[in-house]
Amino acid sequence: MRTGLDSRLTMERSGFHLDMALGIDPGQTVALLGPNGAGKTTAVGALAGLVPLDRGYIRLDDRVLDDPATGTLVGPAERRIGVMFQDGVLFPHLSALENVAFGLRSRGVPRREARRRAAGWLEAVGLDQLSDHRPGRLSGGQRQRVALARALITEPSMLLLDEPFSALDVSSRAGLRRLLQDHLAGFPGPSLLITHDPTEAFLLADRLIVLENGSVAQEGSADQVRLRPASPYAADLAGVNLVVGTASGRVLTVGKHRLLVPEAASGQVIATIHPRAISIHLERPGGSPRNSWPTRIERIDHHADRVRVQTGHPLPVTAEITPDAQTGLNLAPGSEVWLSVKATEIQVNAG
Amino acid sequence: MTEDHQDSIGTSRRSGSRFRPARRPPAFIAVPAAIGLALFALPVLGLLGRAPWSRLATLLGSDMALEALRLSAISSVSAAIISLFLGVPVAWILCRYEFPGRSLVRGLVLLPMVLPPVVGGAALLFALGRRGLVGSPLYEATGIVLPFSTGGVILAGVFVAMPLMVLTVEGALRGLDHRFERAAETLGAGRWTVLRRVTIPMIAPSVVAGIALTWARALGEFGATLTFAGNLQGRTQTLPLAVFVALESDRDTALALSLVMVVVSLAVIVALRDHWWRNG
Repeated sequence: MRTGLDSRLTMERSGFHLDMALGIDPGQTVALLGPNGAGKTTAVGALAGLVPLDRGYIRLDDRVLDDPATGTLVGPAERRIGVMFQDGVLFPHLSALENVAFGLRSRGVPRREARRRAAGWLEAVGLDQLSDHRPGRLSGGQRQRVALARALITEPSMLLLDEPFSALDVSSRAGLRRLLQDHLAGFPGPSLLITHDPTEAFLLADRLIVLENGSVAQEGSADQVRLRPASPYAADLAGVNLVVGTASGRVLTVGKHRLLVPEAASGQVIATIHPRAISIHLERPGGSPRNSWPTRIERIDHHADRVRVQTGHPLPVTAEITPDAQTGLNLAPGSEVWLSVKATEIQVNAG
Repeated sequence: MTEDHQDSIGTSRRSGSRFRPARRPPAFIAVPAAIGLALFALPVLGLLGRAPWSRLATLLGSDMALEALRLSAISSVSAAIISLFLGVPVAWILCRYEFPGRSLVRGLVLLPMVLPPVVGGAALLFALGRRGLVGSPLYEATGIVLPFSTGGVILAGVFVAMPLMVLTVEGALRGLDHRFERAAETLGAGRWTVLRRVTIPMIAPSVVAGIALTWARALGEFGATLTFAGNLQGRTQTLPLAVFVALESDRDTALALSLVMVVVSLAVIVALRDHWWRNG
């Protein structure tokens, strides 16, 4: 019976306290975002069964995996949670094929059958040509693909992706992200993506959880977190503007709007613009910023030392200004303004 | 270990060629180094120069030589195997478990490496001799007498050589990234499977190095063997003991046997280089 993940993770470490409720529906992907030391790794360890809970519980589908109150503790080998570790953690003495086959062999699947199915999975992640290579001869991106195949082949009840992109360069990130998008869409159980990169979280997850100092600072859809960040960290990392469009040379077309970007690209791309890189003017700006457009202010949110201004057509974005600037420009919802952003402030990722 | 890593190697290679060492070392390095190397090379050269090459086969074919060779082969291989099966678990306990007095236990394990072998042999005698702490009840119960037997030679070899196995394997276990074993567990591997398919294969090069080191150490053992097992031809007289005895009576046999030990030891060191000096 698939009911997904239902858990409350409470753990005490020297000087550190993690306490969070985490529920994920079957087929849903949740991204756990947070700065270093927020407790993301501890949460992964608890879910994977590598570290026991101090209090709380972990239920996956109809099984109790950890419940200190009743003394229940299921070991990692019996949890059926597929983990894609940071940096892959592939076995260096085994070939790509043997790495993928490892989980089946551990569960008693005969060697020949395990290797046949592993070969199928390597093909599914596009690495059938490299099946007898050891991890040392694979690139970072290829290693993560093997790690994904190794985690999925055992048909786990849940998937844990621990910083799968952290060791990759920009070009291999896009490839792995597309692969993950495909496989997460077809995965029937709950998935948890651990990351500190908001772009990956927005693109892969249905729901975001921002973890800070061991507790949940904010939880919601990508749009909720992006547009109404509940903490300075969330505002800083998750408050970034995502623009999906088609690139041709240095011009990015979004709907009918055109943006000049710093480097040439082609095809579908995802551009990120930090809210602080967007400036607001009352009249058409002159001078160097070539990206400028007229728009209307939809809403204004006040935070401690900053003001987040959300705008509408033709390119809905969030800009961040100081309270002084807001007062000086006399901005309010409904105001007609011009926005401008320097091409060099737009970061383009392959889509 | 990404492209970055390869890049950094590339960079260091490039800078390495730029700062290539001068073609000749300065005299204050070259002279002491040459003296040091001579100190290593001269004894071997002396041995080779004086070796009775033409009579080598006859000398090594004598009863004394053959029995010493056979006994050394049996006792050193046995000591290496016993050290493997006892030393690896000791290394495991020392590395993976916290218990009170662990540093004392580690000191105890490494003691035979620094103790004069004669003292080790004497200690073995007091513990395992026929009237010893353990030896006496052992004799009462089974009739087994270890001192002055081939078993005693093997035991002395294990005593002096096993620390090398413990040290080598403990180092390898300590350097092993725990995440590999954890990854194996999440893939459904039980303790035995993790051990068999991940931990042991990953520390295998060090275990092999440990076997070679313990074997070579047991082969060369002299003091503890002499004290604990005596010098009985055919029973406890190993190669080093035979060389020591022959030096008094039959120099050519001593040279021939020494030559065997030099060749065998050199072969072990060269074979070890790949596992030990390069990787470890």
